Amino acid sequence: MQSFQDNILKLKHYWSERGCIIQEPYDVEVGAGTMCPETFLRVLGTQPYRVAYVQPSRRPADGRYGDNPNRLYKHSQLQVILKPSPSDVIEQYLGSLEAIGIDLRQHDIKFEEDNWEAPTLGAWGVGWQVMLDGLEISQFTYFQQCGGIDLDLVPAELTYGLERLTAFLQVRDSVYDIEWAKGFSYRDVRYRDELQYSVYNFEMADIPTLWKLFELHEGEATRLLGLYDPKSAEKKRFPLLPTYDHVLKCSNLFNTLDSRGAISVTERVGVIQRVRKLAVGVAQAWLDQQQAASAAQGAQ
Amino acid sequence: MTLPFLFEIGTEEIPDWMIPCALESLHLLFEKTGVPHETVKLDATPRRLVLRAEGLPERQPDTQERVTGPAKSAPAQAVAGFARKQGVRPEDLSVESTPKGEYYYFVKKVRGRETQEILAEALPGIILKIYFPKSMYWTGKGGPQFIRPIRWLVTLLGENVVPFELAGVRSGCLSSGHRRLGSPEIAVTIADYEQRLRDHFVILSAEERRTRIRAQFDGVRVKADPALLETLVYLTEYPTTITGEFDSQFLELPEEVLVTVMRHHQKYFSVEDASGKLAPRFVAVMNINADPQGYVRRGNERVLRARFNDARFFWETDQKKKLADRKPDLSHVTFQAKLGSYLEKTERMMTLAKELGGDAHAVRAAELSKCDLTTELVKEFTELQGVVGGLYARVQGEPDAVWQAVYDHYKPESMEDAIPRSHAGRIAALADKLDTLTGCFRVGLIPTGSRDPFALRRAAQGVVKIIAEGKLEVSLEKYLADTALREFLADRVRYYFKDICGFKYDEVNACMAAGWSSLVDLEARLARVQNLRASPDFEPLAASFKRIKNILEQAKFGVPSGSAGAIDTSLLEPGPEQDLYDEYRSIAGQPIENVISRLRPKVDLFFDKILVNAKDERVRQNRLTLLGTLLKEFSTIADFSEIVTSS
Repeated sequence: MQSFQDNILKLKHYWSERGCIIQEPYDVEVGAGTMCPETFLRVLGTQPYRVAYVQPSRRPADGRYGDNPNRLYKHSQLQVILKPSPSDVIEQYLGSLEAIGIDLRQHDIKFEEDNWEAPTLGAWGVGWQVMLDGLEISQFTYFQQCGGIDLDLVPAELTYGLERLTAFLQVRDSVYDIEWAKGFSYRDVRYRDELQYSVYNFEMADIPTLWKLFELHEGEATRLLGLYDPKSAEKKRFPLLPTYDHVLKCSNLFNTLDSRGAISVTERVGVIQRVRKLAVGVAQAWLDQQQAASAAQGAQ
Repeated sequence: MTLPFLFEIGTEEIPDWMIPCALESLHLLFEKTGVPHETVKLDATPRRLVLRAEGLPERQPDTQERVTGPAKSAPAQAVAGFARKQGVRPEDLSVESTPKGEYYYFVKKVRGRETQEILAEALPGIILKIYFPKSMYWTGKGGPQFIRPIRWLVTLLGENVVPFELAGVRSGCLSSGHRRLGSPEIAVTIADYEQRLRDHFVILSAEERRTRIRAQFDGVRVKADPALLETLVYLTEYPTTITGEFDSQFLELPEEVLVTVMRHHQKYFSVEDASGKLAPRFVAVMNINADPQGYVRRGNERVLRARFNDARFFWETDQKKKLADRKPDLSHVTFQAKLGSYLEKTERMMTLAKELGGDAHAVRAAELSKCDLTTELVKEFTELQGVVGGLYARVQGEPDAVWQAVYDHYKPESMEDAIPRSHAGRIAALADKLDTLTGCFRVGLIPTGSRDPFALRRAAQGVVKIIAEGKLEVSLEKYLADTALREFLADRVRYYFKDICGFKYDEVNACMAAGWSSLVDLEARLARVQNLRASPDFEPLAASFKRIKNILEQAKFGVPSGSAGAIDTSLLEPGPEQDLYDEYRSIAGQPIENVISRLRPKVDLFFDKILVNAKDERVRQNRLTLLGTLLKEFSTIADFSEIVTSS
């Protein structure tokens, strides 16, 4: 039987062979692989890029104390960015499924319309959810806009739900029963996280503290963005990446507050706007910084 | 000789629901090129839009063009120059006489353009103009836009390729088969195209895919679902059904929940047993030719099991808190920022339900109707709002009238949908929709053009349909105070009686002009006017009423508020005027149907013989009063001057 980590290794190998940089997960908590700088910032501008990484993705509201067989507070996404998207991108994607042992002549694959939108990132794209024998295993998106900016090159983003995919291949009804590595189940490795984070997110997280943290990170990101000067000769030194980390912190705190029931529906829109404003600000500054960098390179 | 034409746009998977529309658009755009042809046939799968035409000419017919040259008196050099330009010798030119003198001319033969050339020029534009509700870039910002990336183009005119390039794709004669069962590149000719696709597991005709799916239902009692069938027809290139099973324990869950999971989330057909009850089976449609190992069936069964387990978990969790106990929680659920929470909406709905003549059941239904918004089941399956509330109300012991009313209160969801089944349900549904309408209009959330985020059109349509079909004695008067809402509702009333019920537009206008706060009364009057219209006296009388109205308007004469008593009988002139008055006296108060044939000749004669604008001002006023009284008497059913007469 192919373990969870076998699948990850095979997929990484597959995309490595197709010219992708294999990155490690980003070390700031995110809700989805899209939010990592390797996607959010790299898709901007005219530089081609190909990258694949597994990103643990935290969705506080989806936590179920480790009780629900299909829902996780933190699941693992394999995120692949192909910028620009090659013309045989779907073939390449299907090839990756075959690489982990799915015979597509014996299984039913369908591409069902599913357009993606992330309001906190000012990002959207069109694409599909990919269904394998009735199970959604991937999200396939052609990015059109990111940080409110129309993209020069259209990247394809492939996101695999690794737990689901493995449960499917190992014929397990619960993700906790999948084999992570020989002799270790997913439960052995991850159950404690699920239980403890559910307790924290739903019961113990201190709402005033979370709000305070949110405001601190928001304040720092706002302060930094205010200092970015597009006319400065030294702007390539400007710490936009650290600025973006603070935006990510805000996003995760927002999600935690939300799962805690601390954000009313009316407030929600406002808080999303605040995070979006920062994300858009970073994206615009980043693009400006990169254009200057590539212009300088061209001049040399 | 004529040529056949094959045009295939090969793409990545197009959303199923957009395909029929796109084909229509493609057809129209092709017709616009003006290239003559005998037949056109359109087909599509998720990965291709195909137009095939027959009987195209090789080229347009030749035409002649007359080119006028220099005058006959011009120097020989100029004449030679003209001839050279036309590619002939000077002696081949002809001379014609014109009023301005004699001139050289030449009849030039213009060869008709090749169809291939016309198409090569037109096709890229056609592709990019095909209508899609949402399109994308794929080659980069500023590049071509289409619904999904274009990956190949087949353009054959007879045996030749119509050459062009779009988005880096060159047109040719290579199509593509099924993604996994066929070959990615297949050379085709017009003659073998459909067969070649079939060999590579693509069934080109939607009709054939539809028939194929239906044929495979054989032996299974599948619940008819035409919309789902259409979805699957355009989601597959080679549809094959499989029948799966689920644990019959799940049948304890409400059928509505099971069917929703199967239909909306998994795109499965439900199956019923011989008695029409839901059976623990489903039919899924694959996009491959067979499932010999049962992988696909088992995979789908597992997915469904997980989904049903979730639903069962939600169903059981939700039961821990009664629907009625959830009402206070609605204060945390926003209905609309300016209109407050669902708790506030609930309170308003309860008041409205009473005002609208609802009984205790209707009021109770209004109270419970929104409580399911806080349940896990509705959070997961939002399309089941209302239904879930009704189901919980039932198991929690609410009377039939109450739970059914909660269950139905979002109905009708479309013009085709039925109205709630009971009186309480109709009142609760009305209260919900009228509250939304009056609230949104009050705070300025008025739909504009295509933007209608609160689905107010549907709400208004629902109001009209419920009152009319439910024959509810409800007065809309109170809601018509707001001019914008009045206009908005009037539109829906007109639409309903004209387009749905089939009354003529002028009948609707005429009857609405006499008031429409009671739609039941309006419909009854419409039926009367429709019947009256069959009478030969109707149109002439309607024309006379229009004339009366015009006369009164020109005289700035308000319709008299008093009765016939305002008429001074001593001023009536014997003959037609007196006759008309007498006639009026004898028929006043009777339905117009009974008197129309008697009234009409008197009116005609009056207009024939009597001058309304008499010299004596008192006589004039008296005549206007007579006409005004007459108009008023018969305008309670309709304003007949709105009737469009053929004469």
